[in-house]
Amino acid sequence: MNFTLSEEQEMLKKMARDFLVEKCPKTVVRELEDDERGYSPQLWQEMAGLGWMGLAIPEKYGGGGMSFLDLAILLEEMGRACLPGPFFSTVLLGGLPIADIGTEEQKQEYLPKISAGEAIFTLALTEPSGRYDAASMAVRAAADGDDYIVNGTKLFVSDAHIADYLLCVARSSGRPKPEDGITIFIVDAKSPGISCTVLKTIARDKLCEVVFDRVRVPGKNILGQPGRGWSEVRRIMERAATAKCCDMVGAIQQVLDMTVDYAKERKQFDRPIGSFQVIQHYCANMATDVDGSRFAAYRAAWRLSEGVPCAKEAAVAKAWLSEACERVLALAHQIHGAIGVTMDHDLQFYTRRAKAAAATFGNADFHQETVAQEMGL
Amino acid sequence: MDFKFTQEQDKFRQEVREFLGEELRQGKWQPSCDAWIQGYSPEFTKKVARKGWIGLTWPREYGGQGRSHIDRLIYTEEMLRYGAPAACHWFADRQIGGAILRYGTEEQKKEILPRIIRGEAYVGLGMSEPEAGSDLASVKTRAAETDDSYVLDGQKMWTSCGMFMNYLYLVARTDPEAPKHRGLSEFIIETDLPGITITPTIDITGSTAWAEVFFDGVRVPRKSLIGEKNRGFYQIVNQLDFERAGLERLMGNYPLFDAIIRYARETDWNGLPLCKDTLVRHKLAQLQVEFEVGWLLTYRVASVMDDGRAPNVEAAMAKAYSTSFEQHLASAAMDILGLYGQLVATSKWTPMLGMAPHSYFGSKGYSLQAGTSEILRNILATRGLGLPAAG
Ligand SMILES: Cc1cc2nc3c(=O)[nH]c(=O)nc-3n(C[C@H](O)[C@H](O)[C@H](O)COP(=O)(O)OP(=O)(O)OC[C@H]3O[C@@H](n4cnc5c(N)ncnc54)[C@H](O)[C@@H]3O)c2cc1C
Repeated sequence: MNFTLSEEQEMLKKMARDFLVEKCPKTVVRELEDDERGYSPQLWQEMAGLGWMGLAIPEKYGGGGMSFLDLAILLEEMGRACLPGPFFSTVLLGGLPIADIGTEEQKQEYLPKISAGEAIFTLALTEPSGRYDAASMAVRAAADGDDYIVNGTKLFVSDAHIADYLLCVARSSGRPKPEDGITIFIVDAKSPGISCTVLKTIARDKLCEVVFDRVRVPGKNILGQPGRGWSEVRRIMERAATAKCCDMVGAIQQVLDMTVDYAKERKQFDRPIGSFQVIQHYCANMATDVDGSRFAAYRAAWRLSEGVPCAKEAAVAKAWLSEACERVLALAHQIHGAIGVTMDHDLQFYTRRAKAAAATFGNADFHQETVAQEMGL
Repeated sequence: MDFKFTQEQDKFRQEVREFLGEELRQGKWQPSCDAWIQGYSPEFTKKVARKGWIGLTWPREYGGQGRSHIDRLIYTEEMLRYGAPAACHWFADRQIGGAILRYGTEEQKKEILPRIIRGEAYVGLGMSEPEAGSDLASVKTRAAETDDSYVLDGQKMWTSCGMFMNYLYLVARTDPEAPKHRGLSEFIIETDLPGITITPTIDITGSTAWAEVFFDGVRVPRKSLIGEKNRGFYQIVNQLDFERAGLERLMGNYPLFDAIIRYARETDWNGLPLCKDTLVRHKLAQLQVEFEVGWLLTYRVASVMDDGRAPNVEAAMAKAYSTSFEQHLASAAMDILGLYGQLVATSKWTPMLGMAPHSYFGSKGYSLQAGTSEILRNILATRGLGLPAAG
């Protein structure tokens, strides 16, 4: 066992941190939250130049051929910096699924574009039920010759307003079981019949309502096996939940660091508030949550890297982190006092994002159920 | 012990409900969370005033009704239950009127109390400063005495009703040489004086209910002083108890509690109402259990006040307890809404007018304002339980 990063990983981490400190200070985060697109094309290109989008994509498709664990490190730094934009959607919800189960032709067509920062992807999974279960998948794909016609509404689709392609999860045949008959399609976002509305959210990220109105998709755009898409959706969810955890680890580590610094500086009653035992215990509890989160998240990321089953570990990580983040932020706010609940302060970025992250790709209740199943209950 | 209200009290509650119900039927306002502190409606306040409900516990000779604190709690409970826009009068009614009654001059009582009672004086609370939060005795805003006035210089922050008040209550330093607790005084001033600048603070929910107030050589008449010069710190303790004594700490988000219960009843999940889901059911039932306990702790505070005692420890307990209830309520509502909890403002997809995220983020401040939960627990442990204070 080894609970530390390798020398190369430390370098990657430092490089990412330095880059983001310079390019993505909170002034930029603030601007991008207000921006209609929600990302900066220039920063996006610079990230592509550093090889970030393709980091975990095989070299033969223009990527860096590095591991999911390496990607986890990058995600942690992005979480620390509160980087807005479609990195997560493009890489975790588009690139990696295609690299995993795409046909050779699909890989050659899409992966080099993703690596080069030339295509934005996202996943259109959840629907108005707001649930991540197969029974909720009601968007239909009806065969029409070699094509399919997709109809229905997807909700909470991240970055769809700027996406070039959507991976759309649709029901393509009858359903003895809800998991059967589900197919994933790679849909050109400019196809006639797609309309997209950006929703106003707590994290000021860009979640969208996407309506498919008789959208024609060629049969060759099926990703994976027709009718068997749900098992791949579960893998996408595992990957996404783990990746979200890594991002959250970066966020709460930064929150802990900020809070400890503040507890040392802020004086009331003629002494630093960090000298009050209750504040010390709060900080100690936060540190325990952060370390617990870190190892839970990285263990899942490591298993994904190694290609060993990870359903339980990913669920443990997300069940833990969804609640740990909330605890860490509650204490951070309590220690920061009133200044921390102003929009001028940096803490609110983390609070809003953590709450959104907690709900996304399964909240604690959802993943506790997975853990129960993995326990044989 | 006796947990029953008198017949008159039941009737009074009914009367308040009928009034509020009628307002709602006429669409005068929409129930909202935090309306006691963020809902500004001089029109509504004047109506409440005409009912005689502002200054309910104050002596009749100053226009009050001489009623009990339990009665006042009944009336405020209903205001909160209906999410009524009561911010204009809330602070004056809750604590500033009491401070003037206790320490003010006869002239202040005759001038200000009737204005509060008529729903015309809206008083903001100016205690905190950048360096004086929990440690209120560190206030730096200076009030220098001259022949005919005091001259104010300095800054307040988190002044409630910042943008709407016409009066400001404040604590300022009148003797910079004395030990810090012994050089503070209380004032009540009008806000349109030259040299006062008010800028709103945008909080994490986007609300601008609070403000920074800057004083630059502001001349206020000597009669603005409340009570004794340099005794402000000792006088204020009593007022802080009143600030913490009410149900707003438990029920400021009652409209959310109401709405999430309705949502769970009315939302269909797999052919059944969501409230039949065990997890959802237990979350809501747990909230109800916590709510009932908070309600008892707070009515206990009122009964202590009716016994003529300062509810120092009891109010600290009830306030710290109740703000954590409010945090649990908002968290549970967000959990139940799942992905929908992320939606703010009003789109066709936003449930419950975005009340849940508003309360969730707002609730971060509840355990800070009016005494942080740590300070309140210190009070409870030392004054209530007799434990030695930390060195
Ligand atoms: C929404 C909101 C509304 C407000 N409204 C008003 C208003 O209307 N008028 C007004 O004057 N002020 C108002 N305030 C300010 C409020 O009174 C202060 O936030 C509060 O007194 C705490 O001060 P602080 O924020 O500076 O935190 P600090 O005092 O700096 O405290 C920081 C942390 O240290 C802890 N701490 C401090 N001292 C001790 C100790 N001795 N032992 C243990 N822990 C300690 C605190 O509990 C807290 O966790 C409001 C604040 C908020 C958030």
